[in-house]
Amino acid sequence: MLEVKRKYKEMVSQYVNSQSEMDLYSGHKLSRQFIEKEISPEEVIGIHKRTLKELFPEMDEKISHSFDFLIEVMIHYGLALQEHQSLIRKQEEHEMEMNIAAKVQDTLLKTKVPNFKGLDIGFVSVPAKQMSGDYAYFVSDEQSYASVAVADVIGKGIPAALCMSMIKFGMDSMQAERSSPRLVLDIVNRIVEESVDDSMFISMFYGKYDAKDSAFSYASAGHEPALLYKADEEKFVELDAKGLLLGVQSNVLYEERTVHLADGDFIAMLTDGVTEVRTEEGFIDEDLIKELLWKVKDEPSQIMADTVYRHLGEMQNFQLRDDFTIIILKKEDKKV
Amino acid sequence: MIFKKIRGVEMNLQVELLEKDSVQYFKVVGEIDAFTAPILKERLEPMQKVKGLQAAIDLSNVDYIDSTGLGVFVGFYKALKQNEGHMKITGVNARLKRLFEITGLDDIMDIEAEEGGDGDATV
Repeated sequence: MLEVKRKYKEMVSQYVNSQSEMDLYSGHKLSRQFIEKEISPEEVIGIHKRTLKELFPEMDEKISHSFDFLIEVMIHYGLALQEHQSLIRKQEEHEMEMNIAAKVQDTLLKTKVPNFKGLDIGFVSVPAKQMSGDYAYFVSDEQSYASVAVADVIGKGIPAALCMSMIKFGMDSMQAERSSPRLVLDIVNRIVEESVDDSMFISMFYGKYDAKDSAFSYASAGHEPALLYKADEEKFVELDAKGLLLGVQSNVLYEERTVHLADGDFIAMLTDGVTEVRTEEGFIDEDLIKELLWKVKDEPSQIMADTVYRHLGEMQNFQLRDDFTIIILKKEDKKV
Repeated sequence: MIFKKIRGVEMNLQVELLEKDSVQYFKVVGEIDAFTAPILKERLEPMQKVKGLQAAIDLSNVDYIDSTGLGVFVGFYKALKQNEGHMKITGVNARLKRLFEITGLDDIMDIEAEEGGDGDATV
């Protein structure tokens, strides 16, 4: 310490006389020695104060006192800076973890829209934040059955993503494409009930399409009803079925219903990020979605889904308040 | 208290608690969404460990509940059920009534629609 102090005094004395770049540079090098000897910035100011007193004994006492003030400021500045840096580091760590989790979610929950003869499938899912609580699942044997699920996890972020991957693997392992929707929901409910904490719930709409007779069987676990457009009557029907949210209690009876699709009919499965869109004027009218769908009913399913997203997204300046997922299933017209 | 500004509107939720004939009445005023749900949760949670708690939640001044808000009620319901308590929800408007129906919660929870039955009016 004494050695460094002596050097500091020497350098200051040289610099005030020369004001040369060379002498400034020797100051740079000295700062490394301060660090090595664990001398803090406020201690350096203390050294500076003593140095001035020794070099200029006639210096005004008031200037000397002003250094005590500076020392006090620097002590607290140092503490605040440390805290700030540690918060930034923590935030960077969290962001990195979120990025990894979002990637894991993408990989684990990747779902492929099946190429299924006789059924044209369109699908848009956009998260409001980095990690989505919405989830879509497709499975098909590419011949006779195609099953589609849409789900919304209440409770978001990493736990929700982990929960969804658990459900996905549950469904994968039960050959869901052949199972009846009420059975699938019953099994998924047991998985969620047993293994997920009390504040997490999932709503899910599950449908199975049978190409042989164009029958669509569905069941709902507390999910927004899907919409069926009947081309011959030119009207929409809500596909609702009684059933409790997943994860609230075990032993739930899920109602299962079946409708038959005719040419030109389509089904729209949605999450509440679609139906509960809110703008400055309030909630959108539920007929708006039907109107939007009706206008593009003759387009391919993917264009229909894209159009609904573009329109409702625009109304919110694409700053979604909730995850947005829409799936369109359309019976393909017989080839002429 | 949590205040969040969204599009210039201050989001706030008030929860008043009042005890009468050993029933805990919660009067909720505002909208229950992802931003305000923690306020409600914070008020309900300390009560849910009480054995045999009788809770009545008045939602007649609540126009909107999103899925996060719904989660708070489900959590409270489950906790009360475990501790042999009971939760009753009153004053739900047509919009909330539909939400409780869709989610199937109306089958397991004790829910009373707004007086006057406007929510049931059909054309």
